[in-house]
Amino acid sequence: MAFYVFAVIAVVASVLVIAQRNPIYSVLLLIASFGALSGLYVLLEAPFVAVIQIIVYAGAIMVLFLFVVMLLNAPHEETDYDERIHAYEAERGAGVPAERVRGAGAPGVNKVPMRFGGFLAAALAVELVWVLTKGGESGAFPSGAISSVKTIGQLLFTDYAFAFEVTSVLILVAMVGAVVLARRES
Amino acid sequence: MTPLLVAQIGLTLFVFVMLLNSAAVMVYVERKVAAFLQQRLGPYRVGWQGVLQPLADIVKLMFKEELRPKAADAFLFALAPIIAATCAFAAFAVVPFGAETTFGGWLPEGLRLQVADVNVAILVVFAVASMSVYGIVLAGWSSNSKYSLLGGLRSSAQMISYELSYGLALAGVLIIGNSLSLTDIVNRQAGTWLGFIPKWFVFLQPIGFLIYMTAGIAETNRAPFDFPEAEQELVAGYHTEYSSMSFAMFFLAEYVNMVTVSAVATDLFLGGWHGPFLPESLGWIWFLVKVGAILFFYVWMRWTLPRYRYDQLMRFGWKVLLPVAVINLLVTAAGVLYFEL
Repeated sequence: MAFYVFAVIAVVASVLVIAQRNPIYSVLLLIASFGALSGLYVLLEAPFVAVIQIIVYAGAIMVLFLFVVMLLNAPHEETDYDERIHAYEAERGAGVPAERVRGAGAPGVNKVPMRFGGFLAAALAVELVWVLTKGGESGAFPSGAISSVKTIGQLLFTDYAFAFEVTSVLILVAMVGAVVLARRES
Repeated sequence: MTPLLVAQIGLTLFVFVMLLNSAAVMVYVERKVAAFLQQRLGPYRVGWQGVLQPLADIVKLMFKEELRPKAADAFLFALAPIIAATCAFAAFAVVPFGAETTFGGWLPEGLRLQVADVNVAILVVFAVASMSVYGIVLAGWSSNSKYSLLGGLRSSAQMISYELSYGLALAGVLIIGNSLSLTDIVNRQAGTWLGFIPKWFVFLQPIGFLIYMTAGIAETNRAPFDFPEAEQELVAGYHTEYSSMSFAMFFLAEYVNMVTVSAVATDLFLGGWHGPFLPESLGWIWFLVKVGAILFFYVWMRWTLPRYRYDQLMRFGWKVLLPVAVINLLVTAAGVLYFEL
């Protein structure tokens, strides 16, 4: 029962994230989706993972997302909110340029990233099929071990040390990349 | 309905009502202590020595007009105070405040004086603290007012910065306590060293306690770290546009957050309900005394220290508090390994 409640919330919220026009609401729906996922982890008797999900994703990463969306006033599509703003700014005689308001769907968008995205999606689909057909190999974890912080810590720094560190390096590279892109002299 | 279940439900309601009450009591205490520190009388007209002042305040807030700016985002504007208050109450759910009791044999088995015994309680406290930022950010954004927005942004920047130190201070205790459960950590602090020093973690983690209290004050947006509502610069910060009960929700959230931070500090550093003279079944009295002392400290700080400047706050958080917290954690871990505590 509880599973269906959380599952429905997670799926509906995730769909609405991309169906929403206002980026602030998208961020909030994504948080709701993470919250529902966290509930699913609790049902799987992995409270540690559930709480970490909230701390890391909902508590840290999404706050930064919200921050960025709010600070940059990210180009959002026409919404009630925009109309409010536009009406306000029209009164002051300073309308927002139409270019800024329009999203990525505008004509004349570079085709290369879209092709790359399509390729990536196809690759992921193949991978998904592979995972689904493979089946039966999961369950390597002894039951109850997922909730034990000690087990997770030991596995993370022994068996999975390589994956753990590669992930850290990847995040670091992304951070450096972001700084380089942001500070580029134009 | 078994007696234990009834007792558990009763306990949950009791904690909820007491938290509501604690906010009212804290408003009175705050005003009285402030008056005392400033050589004034404070409220004294409503009831004996003004003890009914909080009730008068509540009635006043209830009958005020509920206003919403025309350009505000209606849904988020209504949601923000709800998030703030919910997060404030949610964190207390995992805080134990007394030993297991049967209420003098009334219950067939012991009842833990705690709403929910979660084995990752410390992390839950931390997670809820990190979620409470949303109430303030959304309040600031949805009001569509420059003061609110700046207040909300400042607050979120401040909370994100101090959350790290807060978390690292918690980590030091859980290394010593060797558990993530608050009940286990409190029970590890029973007894004394040399017969008279209580085995409180504050003596093993003095720096951790200081970091926790500093970050805790910053997390709850209290003076001297109350930038989100710096009157001179931001009118009333993120709740500038709020009135009536939705304003009261933020007010409530602030005081309940203070109580929660104090209660967690008591459990983690001051031995929870353990103390001399009283039997274990009356340990909750010690708990109340300790929480009260920390809350008094909170109020005392507010009326003693001037507000920092915003850049000073950020510099202090990132360049002093965080490195000290990291070093404290490393030293603690090394100490635990070396002495095999």
